[in-house]
Amino acid sequence: MPHIQLNESLPGIRALLAFSPHTAAPLGALANTLLRSDNGLTPAERELIGAYVSSLNDCFYCQHSHAAIASCYLSNNTELVNQVISNYHTAPVSGKLKALLCIAGKVQQSGRNVLPADIDNARAAGATEHDIHDTVLIAALFCLFNRYVDGLATVAPTDMNSYRQRAKQVAAMGYGSHVYTSQQP
Amino acid sequence: MAHINLHNDLPGIRGLMEYSPETARPLNDLAEALLRADNSLSRGERELIATYVSSLNDCFFCQNVHGAIAGHYLNCDIPAIDAVKQDYLSAPLSAKMKALLGIAALVQKGGKQVTTAAITAATEAGATEKEIHDTVLIAAAFCMYNRYVDGMATWAPQNRQFYVDRAPQRAAEGYADYDLHK
Repeated sequence: MPHIQLNESLPGIRALLAFSPHTAAPLGALANTLLRSDNGLTPAERELIGAYVSSLNDCFYCQHSHAAIASCYLSNNTELVNQVISNYHTAPVSGKLKALLCIAGKVQQSGRNVLPADIDNARAAGATEHDIHDTVLIAALFCLFNRYVDGLATVAPTDMNSYRQRAKQVAAMGYGSHVYTSQQP
Repeated sequence: MAHINLHNDLPGIRGLMEYSPETARPLNDLAEALLRADNSLSRGERELIATYVSSLNDCFFCQNVHGAIAGHYLNCDIPAIDAVKQDYLSAPLSAKMKALLGIAALVQKGGKQVTTAAITAATEAGATEKEIHDTVLIAAAFCMYNRYVDGMATWAPQNRQFYVDRAPQRAAEGYADYDLHK
């Protein structure tokens, strides 16, 4: 049961965004800017970073929401998404993405844990300065989202198909107020 | 030295915001909405929550920026802010603020750490649902800002008076649309 009274028909962060629209607006803008951009990293890679950090923070709702969105962008290759989340080292993804996931994992622990060697590894694997910047900020942003969602004990649906349905909605329309004002998929 | 070339010599998050204006805008809008918009928690109280979380995350830049702004609003000096960071339970704060700082500390560790008992304690001390919501989101937001600032290895002025001197200007102008270079 959530720690505060929320709209029961809305799952996870959607109920919080509806509770507080004036903070929902910049949070939605951040998500759109960081996760929907195809400048350097693809939207799929960005969502994979978000899902991975959410799994490290043990946030069920965010992990499964963003894993499902990543799958949407990857022709429904959920096996690949699951491999990245459970052990990216052995997943069939680029060396660049692996090096960036390593940085994201450090950010999840603490900003101070990111070392020059981690940055050098990412550069050597082909990451640009902008890729590194976006990875750090995406990982930091999910340390916000995960704490917001679990810190207020929001409800996470257990019907996994509902994550796939909402993912299609986000992949098509992006983030924004429609996620809490429209009918829930 | 920052981990990437920011092409500017601004300290802390300002260097990152100059480097990436498209993310700076919503980051600043979020700070404005959380820390300055009309609220039953005063601006000073909200800055104090931000300061405390930043100190728990050991982020020198953020805890000094927001500590100085909190001191500006609350009419207290840096030693008084430091005392809150070290032991808020012994500080001259309301029972409600102490309960909210307790929730913020749990959020800093992890969202799942927030217990029903901590929420009940805040409610019994007079905190509203909105105040509890805002406390959780301020604490979560600073778990982001702190990681951004330190994860990119930005530089921070070491003289703490630098932050005290800048606080009145930030308090007056707010976060939404300020000149990063001033």
